[in-house]
Amino acid sequence: MNDKNIIITGLIIFFVFLTFPFWYNMGKASPVPEPKLTDKAKAAKECVEPKEYMKAEHMQILDIWRDGVVREANRVYISETGKKFNMSLSTGDDSCMGCHSNKADFCDKCHDYASVTPYCWDCHIEPPKEKK
Amino acid sequence: MKNSRRSFLKLAGISALGLGTKPVLNAFASGGHSEKHEAEIQKNPDALKAKRWAMVIDTRKFESEEDFEPIIEACNKIHNIPKHTNKRHEIYWIWVDEFKHVFINQEHEFVDDRVKHLPFLVLCNHCEKPACVRACPTKATFKREDGIVLMDFHRCIGCRFCMAACPYGSRSFNFRDPRPFIKEENKEFPTRMKGVVEKCNFCAERLAVGKTPACAEASNGAIVVGDLHDPESEVRELLKNNYTIRRKPDLGAGPAIYYIV
Repeated sequence: MNDKNIIITGLIIFFVFLTFPFWYNMGKASPVPEPKLTDKAKAAKECVEPKEYMKAEHMQILDIWRDGVVREANRVYISETGKKFNMSLSTGDDSCMGCHSNKADFCDKCHDYASVTPYCWDCHIEPPKEKK
Repeated sequence: MKNSRRSFLKLAGISALGLGTKPVLNAFASGGHSEKHEAEIQKNPDALKAKRWAMVIDTRKFESEEDFEPIIEACNKIHNIPKHTNKRHEIYWIWVDEFKHVFINQEHEFVDDRVKHLPFLVLCNHCEKPACVRACPTKATFKREDGIVLMDFHRCIGCRFCMAACPYGSRSFNFRDPRPFIKEENKEFPTRMKGVVEKCNFCAERLAVGKTPACAEASNGAIVVGDLHDPESEVRELLKNNYTIRRKPDLGAGPAIYYIV
């Protein structure tokens, strides 16, 4: 065991290298982004489902809607409060994007943060960019 | 290692502890999903309904290529169909072809002049027994209860089995991203993406809100759609009073597009 010092030094360097991402990024974690609502969405007060559910499970809703619309031609969604909604992502004023027309601030912000890239907009036409 | 009663008991104890954690982990895993009420989903009350959709094209009302243009244009515009410059990339939902190509079996040397030179409108036949539906490995293409053969573009993987199966050549493949080739995007309908097959959808999106298909609307009455199972429908009336032909009926696919020649 004559190389004890070399081995320990090597191990220390390896350990530092291994944990580099952790201490390099310490304290730099970006805060969870909060999606911005448009004035129209704020005025409407309620979405198709409660806010918490929409936050966590909106992709499930979109999936159910997609199959319902494409395969069964069901296009009217009646929410818990009895309100009727047009089951559509991007067509018309009463679709998802009709209300949430600020895609960059509403969708992309969180999707970027969570590093998910849904391919909705490969085919569906984005709402026009807001003029500021 | 020397086995002893002591070491065996130790091992057994740890294993029992390990088994005990599973229900705890399951409880954690099931949390976090918020509850939702059983939502109700309905059809639009204005939607046009039929037991079996069909179309009758009265070719006597067409004279030249110009008569077809507004019809094809209406479809192209509504469905965001790209206009490719390269012929091999072209996308068709509805287009025209000659009698000898459209009605292969009915063609002969002495076909009358009008029919010989008249272009015929062709589109997806929305078959009774669609070969494309059987060929599709992902169920992206399916036949709806009302007879319309539809595509779920979300599911299409672009294998093109359906194109090989379709005896009418009604399907087109997006070899390129269609977006740059669409002059004017219709915001009410999505475009497609590269690597997806597409075809006529009998304007399912228009039927769902109570409008007739775009081609029928633009045809000044030369194209009529209706319910084949309703003896009172306009389609049945036309079929009763006129001699009609269909494309390649001998294949047994049961096309739902009828032509009055």
